[in-house]
Amino acid sequence: MKDLLIGNAAVARGLYEGGCAVISSYPGTPSTEITEFFAKYNDVYCEWAPNEKVAMEAAFGSALRGKRSACCMKHVGLNVAADPLFTMSYTGVNAGIVICVADDPGMHSSQNEQDSRHYAIAAKIPMLEPSDSQEALDYAKLAYEISEQFDTPVFLKMCTRVAHSQSIVELGERTEITKDYTKNPQKYIMTPGNALKRHPFVEQRTEKLIKYAETSPLNRVEDGDGNRDFGIITSSTSYQYVKEAFGDSVAVLKLGMINPLPVKLIKDFAAKVGKVYVIEELDPIVETHCKNIGVEVIGKDKFSILGEFSQKSIEQAFEMADKTVFNLDTEIPVRPPMMCSGCPHRGMYYVLAKNKITVLGDIGCYTLGAAPPLNALDMTLCMGASVSGLHGYNKAGGDQTENNTVCVIGDSTFMHSGVTGLINIAYNQSNSTVIILDNSITGMTGHQQNPTTGYSIKGDPAGKVNLEDLCHSIGINSVRVVDPYNLEECETVLKEELAKNEPSVIISRRPCVLLKYVKPKKPLYVDPEKCRGCKKCMKFGCPSISFRDGHAVVDTTLCVGCGVCAQLCPFDAFESEVPSND
Amino acid sequence: MTKNIMIVGVGGQGSLLASKLLGRLLVDEGYDVKVSEVHGMSQRGGSVVTYVRFGEKVYSPVIENGEADFIVSFEKIEAARYVENLKKDGTIIVNTQQIDPMPVIIGAATYPEDIIGEMKNKGIHVDDIDALALANEAGSSKACNIVLMGRLAKYFDMPKEKWLTAIEKCVKPQFVEINKKAFDLGYNC
Repeated sequence: MKDLLIGNAAVARGLYEGGCAVISSYPGTPSTEITEFFAKYNDVYCEWAPNEKVAMEAAFGSALRGKRSACCMKHVGLNVAADPLFTMSYTGVNAGIVICVADDPGMHSSQNEQDSRHYAIAAKIPMLEPSDSQEALDYAKLAYEISEQFDTPVFLKMCTRVAHSQSIVELGERTEITKDYTKNPQKYIMTPGNALKRHPFVEQRTEKLIKYAETSPLNRVEDGDGNRDFGIITSSTSYQYVKEAFGDSVAVLKLGMINPLPVKLIKDFAAKVGKVYVIEELDPIVETHCKNIGVEVIGKDKFSILGEFSQKSIEQAFEMADKTVFNLDTEIPVRPPMMCSGCPHRGMYYVLAKNKITVLGDIGCYTLGAAPPLNALDMTLCMGASVSGLHGYNKAGGDQTENNTVCVIGDSTFMHSGVTGLINIAYNQSNSTVIILDNSITGMTGHQQNPTTGYSIKGDPAGKVNLEDLCHSIGINSVRVVDPYNLEECETVLKEELAKNEPSVIISRRPCVLLKYVKPKKPLYVDPEKCRGCKKCMKFGCPSISFRDGHAVVDTTLCVGCGVCAQLCPFDAFESEVPSND
Repeated sequence: MTKNIMIVGVGGQGSLLASKLLGRLLVDEGYDVKVSEVHGMSQRGGSVVTYVRFGEKVYSPVIENGEADFIVSFEKIEAARYVENLKKDGTIIVNTQQIDPMPVIIGAATYPEDIIGEMKNKGIHVDDIDALALANEAGSSKACNIVLMGRLAKYFDMPKEKWLTAIEKCVKPQFVEINKKAFDLGYNC
């Protein structure tokens, strides 16, 4: 059967066909849909873990027990999971493990542009890199064979364009695999004595994998139609751009296995052609390998180390003719993403901005509070850094910062890695005020459940962490809950908690307006007689409010009736009822 | 020969269904198809773009400068934003709806006054329709996307019935009638 699938759905299908029985992941664009699609299969286990390290260890446990497993994450999530990763390379596996990691060149939804291929090299773990959905499916399946044959976890590396592009795939059948578990301390207990014996195994495994890479169909030469002036070594989505630009007119070495890289195959390819170009997004991984084995190549001198490629990058580098384009004289205003109409985060941000509070931020929809007109954030680094960063900031700043600085972190991010920072605040007693923006869902990645929501990935009732109890239990005495639609309450509680000489937590709680169970209220309406055009409501940055003919106007198709703008208006111009015409 | 269609608009306007419909139709017709869009941050009311490419064999999932045969835009200035992607003999189908971006809302930028006029003056083939009004006529403002697909279908050498079958396959049964009506209104206007 043929189907048009996004790369991530194809990975899910490939894992399923490959006999994957357990997936544990943490959402992160562009990797999220792998786990979401996998959750649609009934005869397998699938979960959202609190973070990537937990997810990877759960996958390890499943494989140890004898069931093929996987964990999926974005590139920065792999940093969180790096601790188990490096030692799993030593233990190897019982049943196969596939680690799916999705990079984000061009940073469509990420805070950096790191290249995950470095991890494969550093941890000495094989990595496969598909270039479209069919390869995503095939490679995911094959990854289990490699994992068990070579006794290693296997990376499946995606990038935004492969993860989120749909192409046609042929679906296959599922294979069920179960291995027996046998106690084996020398392999699975990584004390120094045992690990010393496993390290040589890892090095020998890499030698065997290089031999595999020399002849595996994962790496293939496409001879093209005879032009031997130059050849191109490429992989992933760059392969598609090369083919788009050149068709079959050049010789291409297409690499599907990016670690370890073959030696003889590359040398033989280079010997057949004149110049060799290496075309790869981000860092010069393949280029460096070629130079290390004595093959002269042209890489980052000609193709950028920054951002995404396209066929245009290739055409420009090879000085192919530009296509004619239309240009307009008028400047088109930018349209940045923003918090939605009725977003509960906006009320709290308004209060923070109004009181000129320094705000250390975190990763989620609420990072958008950094944008005009709220300009509410001072810092965003990585998951959980707002809380631990605030502690350090206040230890350094003392009474100069403690009463005018907070951090903001979402419920899912708090569960991911904010709670350890809060334990540090409670343990080492910094006079810090932590605001948990609890919208009862993982928002930015598209509504995934988390340990605070009480539901599993399949929407079934699950365990539920009570944030207030959790904060109390780790030693925070002052825990307050506010409604971010109530500006007065937010401001009063904020001032009280900042004034206290102890650690405190404010939980700003209201579910995301995009959740299905949140029913919008009637849209508001601006009475043009009452509105004096002071633009106070415009400082709030609500996309439903615009300014036309000297007064504010509400877009009734967007407005969800949250009523926060009405609290800002000095002239009571916002009405809850649109007047009738008679 | 590969054909290139871009669907552009504002996050949340329903470009996902439009690309799903096109994908379904083109796969059923036996073409090789690639559809590419970026999920995540840009969906929060930002500018969004989906690439649909089809032909005998499609490699790249993206459409670059001067390559688009059609740009279907859900909003006026979004059409203008991607005008560089249009082929010299390409067509822009644009919904005349105006949605102010945040810089315009807060007064940091102004919304261009007659951007459709300017595009036409540059010799661009622009097919502008009030898709929102037609969608409301069909029974739901959310059906704008299908009105625009109806309009696009006029430029295709493919029986209308095939589009309607693809609609049946892509939308929930309770919305099929509204969407078929929306498609017809776009097709016939």
